[in-house]
Amino acid sequence: MSAMAVVAAILQVVGVLFAAPVVVGGMRQVRARLEGRAGGGIGQPWRDLRKQLRKQQITPRGTTVVFALAPAVVAGSSLLIAAIVPLIALGSPLDSTADLFGVVGLLFLGTVALTLAGLDTGTAFGGMGSSREITIAALVEPTILLAVFALSVPGQSANLAAIVSATANNPSQLVSPGSLLAFVALCIVIVAETGRLPVDNPSTHLELTMIHEAMVLEYAGPKLALVEWASGMRLTVLLALVANLFMPWGVASADPSLLAVLIGLASVAAKVIVLAGLLAAGEVFIAKLRLFRVPELLAGSFLLALLAVTASYFLGTPTS
Amino acid sequence: MTTTISASHAAPALGEGPPAANRWTGGPTLSGGLTAVLGAIGLALGLSVIFGQPRHLQIDWLVPLVGVRLDLDPLGGIFIAATGAVAIAVGIYAIGYSKREHWGRFPLITLPLFVAGLLLVPAAGSVTTFLLAWELMAAASLVLVLSEHQREEVRCAGLFYAVMTQLGFVAILVALVVLSTAGAGDSFATIAANSDHLSSGTRNAVFLLTVLGFGSKAGLLPLHAWLPKAHPEAPSPVSALMSAAMVNMGIYGIIRIDLQILGQGHASPQWWGLTLMIVGAASAVFGVLQASVATDLKQLLAYSTTENMGLITLALGAAALLSSAGAPTVAAIALTAALLHLLSHASFKTLGFLAAGSVLAATGLRDLDKLGGLARRMPVTTVMFGIAALGASGLPLGAGFVSEWLLLQSLIHSPHDSNTLLALAMPLSVGAVALTTGLGIAAMVKAFGVGFLARPRSAAAEAAHEAPASMLAGMSLAAVACVVFAVAPIIFAPSLQRVLAVLPTVGGDAAGPQFSTILRLPGVAGSISPGLLAVALIITVLVALGLARWGVRHRPAPAVAPLWACGADALNSRMQYTATSFAEPLQRVFDDILRPDTNVEVTHFAESQYLVEKVTYQARMVDPVEQRFYTPVVLAVTTWAQLVRRAHTGSVHLYLAYGATGLLIVLLVAR
Repeated sequence: MSAMAVVAAILQVVGVLFAAPVVVGGMRQVRARLEGRAGGGIGQPWRDLRKQLRKQQITPRGTTVVFALAPAVVAGSSLLIAAIVPLIALGSPLDSTADLFGVVGLLFLGTVALTLAGLDTGTAFGGMGSSREITIAALVEPTILLAVFALSVPGQSANLAAIVSATANNPSQLVSPGSLLAFVALCIVIVAETGRLPVDNPSTHLELTMIHEAMVLEYAGPKLALVEWASGMRLTVLLALVANLFMPWGVASADPSLLAVLIGLASVAAKVIVLAGLLAAGEVFIAKLRLFRVPELLAGSFLLALLAVTASYFLGTPTS
Repeated sequence: MTTTISASHAAPALGEGPPAANRWTGGPTLSGGLTAVLGAIGLALGLSVIFGQPRHLQIDWLVPLVGVRLDLDPLGGIFIAATGAVAIAVGIYAIGYSKREHWGRFPLITLPLFVAGLLLVPAAGSVTTFLLAWELMAAASLVLVLSEHQREEVRCAGLFYAVMTQLGFVAILVALVVLSTAGAGDSFATIAANSDHLSSGTRNAVFLLTVLGFGSKAGLLPLHAWLPKAHPEAPSPVSALMSAAMVNMGIYGIIRIDLQILGQGHASPQWWGLTLMIVGAASAVFGVLQASVATDLKQLLAYSTTENMGLITLALGAAALLSSAGAPTVAAIALTAALLHLLSHASFKTLGFLAAGSVLAATGLRDLDKLGGLARRMPVTTVMFGIAALGASGLPLGAGFVSEWLLLQSLIHSPHDSNTLLALAMPLSVGAVALTTGLGIAAMVKAFGVGFLARPRSAAAEAAHEAPASMLAGMSLAAVACVVFAVAPIIFAPSLQRVLAVLPTVGGDAAGPQFSTILRLPGVAGSISPGLLAVALIITVLVALGLARWGVRHRPAPAVAPLWACGADALNSRMQYTATSFAEPLQRVFDDILRPDTNVEVTHFAESQYLVEKVTYQARMVDPVEQRFYTPVVLAVTTWAQLVRRAHTGSVHLYLAYGATGLLIVLLVAR
């Protein structure tokens, strides 16, 4: 572990922290333009955050410490994921403390914190959102772990650095059926986990359809700011992760130079911009699914992930 | 809309305890203290055997002809130590609990006996001793399950449990008799030494019978049905002992007989491992699915026991399959996962049942639909249950995380060059484990979020008070164990290594995972560090909290405001989501498997068929396996019994005639 790798890891965390509102703003802007609206501009989420952070701290009556801490747990787990995964450079000092299974666990820890907060309010909305969120999370888990399995076959490891470097060393396996199926499965999972269309509509406040927004309905002011910031971070770090898992070019090595770190930063930023743009553009053309149609989508993605694993078993080229 | 889900639970004998003559003032302290002391002895003995020399003890005079033979080796030692540790926490807790619930003499005397039986089973070194200890354990647990026998549900559960446990015992008895006849010996050591000469037919018969018998004790499908009935109805300290220690004995039996004794010399056939994996995966998924729709807190925990025993059996099956496929290193990881999960399950399930017991003692309620708001009224119990629920959900920082991670690693690192069976079994197992984890999270979020957070849903929950000190002390011990499993499983590494060394399944000399601050897997690339992960998460959460303080100088003073009621007057607790409504989406998604018993009655107005006066909706969760497999069997047995009853008219003359005829037939045959 070199000093530069530590710098790169810190840069990843700080980068996700600052880029998250920009990514959210950019996606909203793309969507607005495609729908024929002017949009609030890319910087709008940052302005919202600044405004909300200066508002009065209001605690709903009867809520406990679970409600108060949940936004920080979501934000903290997203930041920790940002520190672990190879976004800019491979040799994160935390790489050996958690592999992709650990990262998935951290992701779910954030989900669980927010669902408990929703239940803690004791309102119908909170319970409704939590119930739906946990149902989707429970059904997403098999897909996500099988996709991890499929990804770990070429590198013979579920550690992220090993997966990314195996793909970088042998780019031909990216077009293998296993890898493509895993990519599609993982994309569906990310859409579901970050509450995007067609699973959840991030801009709705209609009680019949909302999931994430229903859970966080009681948050206001600085806490709401943290909730929104955290969900932005989650989206950003997952987009960056999937970008690097399937397009590992530009990622600096385990012992990088300053220039390599800068190239890594620029390349991951470019990849996230492209992916976020595509996701936002895609959302314009689809409507939200009924809640009870979502399991069908997730069952489909589970099947894709299962095929991905078996394909990489039977068709995969053994790597050294 | 009325929704009746679980059977309403009568308040436990708070005020209407057994008559004073049956009460015993010093009893609770003596019984609980004795239980804890027995547990401490077991823990010390188990540890001394794991790290020291194996011990043998032969007492000839105790049982005629064969005597009692105790053989302590590291495998038995780890089960003895685990049982002992559970018994310490339960014993201390039981002091306060039995005082508060006014236990009578029978449960007070039987509790230490039960623990003694539990400690003797893994210590037994011969078939006879094993069967005797097994029956002591089964009979003592039955007496304890029946300690609140005034209630109808308890008697029903007790009867069910008695029948199931004795049927399981018959399977084990036959298996061990066959084994000891074929192995030409009573002691396990002799049988193991002779196991090379067993024919494959005998081996397969013993394997199937033991999986059936021990599987029913471990609560594996399809013989799990006693578990969600007996565990909730037993007093909570007993539930904890049953769920955290007694079910382990089923796993112990499978490891001892099938993996160790039958695995000696021979490689077990592939279908053994596959059978264990299928049974394990089915139990895990079915158990967790039932847990995620259960509304009775203790029943939820009981189904979660089936789930976890399923995961352990899956890991054992994977170990057996991998070792017969020639991958002893990965098999060692799977076996480590099984043992570690067994231990961590014991810790979080003890804590879960003890916390549920203190809720039950404080409110008289097990129904999650009526609980809520306990976080403010019983803060310590809430924290305890939170730790247990985090452990049961298999998330990072929870006690179950490392073992589930090890299981997944063993599944994804199986060799797959030539073996089609492995290439299909392993991905499907990963899917099953993942679905189990996902639904387990949902079940535990429901238990904790609905039961302990939000506002109370009944007057009893509103009036709850914190449990007495001894109950809190018992729970704290279990909570410390949970935290150790969550952040520093390294502590258990040396003992697990010693156990792996005596198991032939992994080749005996294969190294297990290298535990240190960073847990590394042998031979394959994979590492994790639960301790560092916890520290890093705490740091990043603090960073996030720091971020939220940005702009604090501009903020007005904090305030407390009522909840948003959509402009209406006020929210009442009936408007909250209940456990039933929380699980409703999952119930709908898995409707084909769960098959809830729903009943919709529409009453029309007399004047018109098109106007509805009222709609009644009733839904009851039933165990589909029980409905499909048990009901027909019970019906058939009842029909036969009715037929046979015709011969029993009550006339003494007829009975004498039966006796005389029988004697004549015997004389004719034996002539």
